Amino acid sequence: MNIIYFLIGCSILMAAAFLGAFFWAQRTGQNDDLYTPSMRMLIDDEEEETPEK
Amino acid sequence: MTGSHTIEKEACFHCGDDCLTNAHIIEDKHFCCQGCKSVYQVLSAGNLCNYYVFNDHPGATRARSDKRFDYLSDPTIIADLIDFTDKEITIVTFYIPHIHCSSCLWLLEKLNNINSAIHYCRVDFLKKQLNIRFDNQQLSLQQLVELLYDIGYEPLISLQDVIKKQNEAGKDNLVQKIAVAGFCFGNVMLISFPEYFGLSIYEQTFKHFFGWINLLFALPVIFYSGSSYFVSAWQNLRNKVLNIDFPLALGIAVLFGRTLFEVITNSGAGFTDTLCGLVFFLLVGKFVQKKTYHHISFERDYRSFFPVAVHVVENEVEKPVPLSQLHTGNRMVIRHSEIIPADAILLKGEALIDFSFVTGEAVPVNKTLGEIVYAGGRQTGEAIELEVIKPVSQSYLTQLWNNEAFTRKQDNRMQTFNERVSKYFTIVLLLIAFASLFFWMSTDLRRGFAAFTAVLIVACPCALALSTPFTMSAALSIFDRNLFYLKNTKVVEQMAAIDTIVLDKTGTITSSEGKSVHLEAALTAGQEQLIYSACISSMHPLSRMICQYLGNIQRLPVAEYRETAGKGITATIDRHHLRIGNAQFVLGHQNETIHFTRVHLMIDDVFLGYFAFEHHYRDGMEKIAALETDYPLLLLSGDQNHEQHELIRFFKSPENMRFDQSPQHKLDFIQSLQNDGKKVMMIGDGLNDSGALKQSDLGIAVTDNVNNFSPGSDAILDGASFHKLPSFLRFSKDTVTIIHLSFLISLTYNLIGLSYAVTGNLSPLTAAILMPVSTVTIISFTSIATHFMAKRRNLL
Repeated sequence: MNIIYFLIGCSILMAAAFLGAFFWAQRTGQNDDLYTPSMRMLIDDEEEETPEK
Repeated sequence: MTGSHTIEKEACFHCGDDCLTNAHIIEDKHFCCQGCKSVYQVLSAGNLCNYYVFNDHPGATRARSDKRFDYLSDPTIIADLIDFTDKEITIVTFYIPHIHCSSCLWLLEKLNNINSAIHYCRVDFLKKQLNIRFDNQQLSLQQLVELLYDIGYEPLISLQDVIKKQNEAGKDNLVQKIAVAGFCFGNVMLISFPEYFGLSIYEQTFKHFFGWINLLFALPVIFYSGSSYFVSAWQNLRNKVLNIDFPLALGIAVLFGRTLFEVITNSGAGFTDTLCGLVFFLLVGKFVQKKTYHHISFERDYRSFFPVAVHVVENEVEKPVPLSQLHTGNRMVIRHSEIIPADAILLKGEALIDFSFVTGEAVPVNKTLGEIVYAGGRQTGEAIELEVIKPVSQSYLTQLWNNEAFTRKQDNRMQTFNERVSKYFTIVLLLIAFASLFFWMSTDLRRGFAAFTAVLIVACPCALALSTPFTMSAALSIFDRNLFYLKNTKVVEQMAAIDTIVLDKTGTITSSEGKSVHLEAALTAGQEQLIYSACISSMHPLSRMICQYLGNIQRLPVAEYRETAGKGITATIDRHHLRIGNAQFVLGHQNETIHFTRVHLMIDDVFLGYFAFEHHYRDGMEKIAALETDYPLLLLSGDQNHEQHELIRFFKSPENMRFDQSPQHKLDFIQSLQNDGKKVMMIGDGLNDSGALKQSDLGIAVTDNVNNFSPGSDAILDGASFHKLPSFLRFSKDTVTIIHLSFLISLTYNLIGLSYAVTGNLSPLTAAILMPVSTVTIISFTSIATHFMAKRRNLL
């Protein structure tokens, strides 16, 4: 059953990595504006180099 | 089907207004004005016509087309506005009120197509902000703002920068703290499960290991996430206040201490699960309570109403000067629709100044040369020149902000239920804890300490601390849905305590349309001309409205003219004798039982009829008048008492209406009501109400467009929801009842927990179950009850 020590260590490390990822996202402002991207993605891309004037 | 004379009104391709002329057409697209047309030209030149594809008529009307951005060349102003600059690039954030649809988003993020010096633009849609990074060698800030103006997105630039303040406000790391607490809570729960289910004798080594790991997880929860509770409790103790943070901090500390003791002595599993859960839920409660409205500012004062800079003439040269550098003796130039920023003497030009925002008086005022013009008025008509006699901060209007009402800390106006209760709660809690300690101490010291700590743990007022934030945030979102924006959750409780309502008149209970005139007489063109000529000489608001109604008529010379204040005009024009005025004056008898103002007309002793004036009061004014039984209604108006007899149906008696009130009078009046022990709600809209709004126990600013200027207040009410005010008041009382009920529920849980705790036999499992169960009960009860009440009040 000593494997439990190792498994718990792994699970905590993984969880800590996710926590770290969240901190990074928060610090770099990725969660500052949660609304505008939802509108931005609905705008169609323009066709490159349209011939009409 | 159409005759040759029928012109179908085309909607402007840019802004959607009706096109009144056919003068502005490009290809087959109609525009209402030159401004809209030029925006289209700019966009089509930049190949940005997709702007019009995503939404119909996305633009703002551009009927006004004068640029006034040269003050943006002043280095001190620039330094205030920009976020960052170096030799090459500048980063700036603008607040652009017009951002409203996906076209706006698309266009503003494509500014690079119009000017290649703009490297990067990002829109924050909810905050209505645009973040721009541009090459400052090729493009100046002024050019950038002019470009934005050209495409119809004029940034709102004011002295009191809303953007920077808001960005500073949000940095207290609450989200990170919740993340850490949640992370530890989850892991601790996982590791605590074996303990809940029981470990066999062979697995006892794990028990020790789990205990230490849990303790490790508790450290960041205590020292990072929960630290604010200790700080707050300590500060409050030093100020000799017992607020809810004290028992919370005590509970957290005791939980940690006992866990530490149990783990080190290997005598038990400790209470880390309860500890982490407690801190996590408390922080979530804090988060929920914090609702921010990005596009609304509750802290505005005259600085956001006044312009950033004003034009000053020096040595025959006009140059922009920031308001802070405006000195006595400066000669400033004010153009049409500009605001006069400081008390000044009129030197040149015809001043017709609209003081509606300052005094509440709806009609523009004529000023003669040499007269003092007070700050805050808006010039209508030609450009005028004035000499400044007082600096901006000391003028008649802005002096109001030196009053103590503005320096006082706003938050301590009224104790919330939570604050009142937690004082007694803490005392009782400590009494019980020490009683159980002394009770057991004589027989069993260990058990005494167990009971002492258990009482503090179990009675930790988690549910109590959560009941207010969850109820209030639910209430806030319901108000929000009804276009009533509260500054913070405390305002709901303040609203429930109100017992007197004071209303401003202009702009608050009268809607922006003002009043309508209709003529109850058949007049010939000649008679109209006579009446027009008589009325044009009068400055009385009703005369002006009559002139407006009659339109532009040739003015006849007036031979004899006499105006009796408050009664009417007698005039002799073109050998006709005119009497224009109220019934007493014209007809010689009083029949004013009617609600509406009438101006009777008599020419050559023949009664012709009358003009009837009907004021437009906001919808639902009757409903608010019906509140009178519960809340005394008072009126405070900066206006003259022309409308007194019309308003009497709302306010019952003339004593309830005060006219001709200066901003300072208003503030003083509210204060005198408060000295009589009244809890006053002030509803106003303009700068002239600022003092009263601030002084009152609850200040509500009414506005027809929440993005527009509204004075600093506790709450902002959209004019469209004005009629819901009675429901809002009742609903605020309901939410307070809900808080009381949830307090009872949490008290019940505490009593159950205490019955275990005083015996000293509190198992970690009981604590771990009791805490989340009580929390979940409170959260669900408050949100369900709040929604139920909102339905009952027709707010949902």
